[in-house]
Amino acid sequence: MTAGGAHQEAWLDEAAGRLVRPYTVSAGRTRPTTAMELLSWVVATGVRPRGRLEPDHDVALRLCGAATTVAEVAARMRLPAAVTKVVLSDLVAVGAVRTRPPSPAADPTDRTILERLLAGLQQRL
Amino acid sequence: MPAYNSDSDHLPHALKILIAGGFGVGKTTFITATSEITPLRTEELLTAAGTGVDDLAGVEAKTTTTVALDFGRITIAPATVLYLFGTPGQDRFWFLWDKLCHGALGAVVLVDTRRLPDCFAAVDFFESRRMRFLVAVNEFDGAHRYEPHEVRQALGLRPEVPIVTCDARHQRSATVVLLTLVQTLLTHPARTHPIQAGNPT
Ligand SMILES: Nc1nc2c(ncn2[C@@H]2O[C@H](COP(=O)(O)OP(=O)(O)OP(=O)(O)O)[C@@H](O)[C@H]2O)c(=O)[nH]1
Ligand SMILES: [Mg+2]
Repeated sequence: MTAGGAHQEAWLDEAAGRLVRPYTVSAGRTRPTTAMELLSWVVATGVRPRGRLEPDHDVALRLCGAATTVAEVAARMRLPAAVTKVVLSDLVAVGAVRTRPPSPAADPTDRTILERLLAGLQQRL
Repeated sequence: MPAYNSDSDHLPHALKILIAGGFGVGKTTFITATSEITPLRTEELLTAAGTGVDDLAGVEAKTTTTVALDFGRITIAPATVLYLFGTPGQDRFWFLWDKLCHGALGAVVLVDTRRLPDCFAAVDFFESRRMRFLVAVNEFDGAHRYEPHEVRQALGLRPEVPIVTCDARHQRSATVVLLTLVQTLLTHPARTHPIQAGNPT
């Protein structure tokens, strides 16, 4: 068991690999129509899709109110990333969400970034 | 969630640090202790397509499998986010590490001194990718306390790789590990740039 305790959901077993069960959220789809990575950015465009959204799409759209990452949406929705990508790409398809590639790789020798990181972490002590 | 400007491509800056180590060494605990979001697990889909099939040795290439990833988030500044990714503990998911490595600033290799060899794979991997890392000895109750130099010797670590001890269950202790890694990057800049591992696919 992990320290997650009560947050551990039944959908996740401890073994790293296993078969994908049929996902109802994504109607069994595991291939998103828009290519996305775990750290791709997603942000709501403000365009409200016509018609009623599926509950999960609705939640995902609300999570994209401020720019966030696919991984973060997945974590907050407690959905596998693969399923989250399908949901998000549905929202992209209807124009409700815009996606952008991940931030460029940070240069591990960039002192400005490292010092900002240091200060940010120090604040948490 | 922080209020980012969502009306343009004005996106926050994402930084990434990897948390690696053998099975049951405390990766999930470490990320849970440091992350500001609690539901911090996601699964990434693995299929033969899009991943070198050779890389899937050990994984049934015909089946679609998922791998559980720990995922944590720390807000550094209004527009800077640090993401922590826990690498899967199993060796057969190395190719996923490659993907995770892309763009990472560095890595923490957690070590349980009762099962030291479990971290060899992670150490070898980061060395081969020239990924900067430190070794954090997770002090489990009842485990024999080894001196850092003993661990260094046992792991064959280069002198520039720091060794620290921590209790991954405590936010402060785990955060100090991250701080030490960043400090190391600042005080001992890499002689060469780490190669960019993997493709951002
Ligand atoms: N005493 C002590 N126990 C710890 C520490 N860190 C983790 N543990 C315990 O060790 C067990 C395993 O920790 P996890 O965080 O699940 O380890 P993991 O690396 O995520 O494990 P896998 O994902 O299965 O590879 C849990 O029961 C933790 O509570 C520590 O610093 N001290
Ligand atoms: Mg774990």
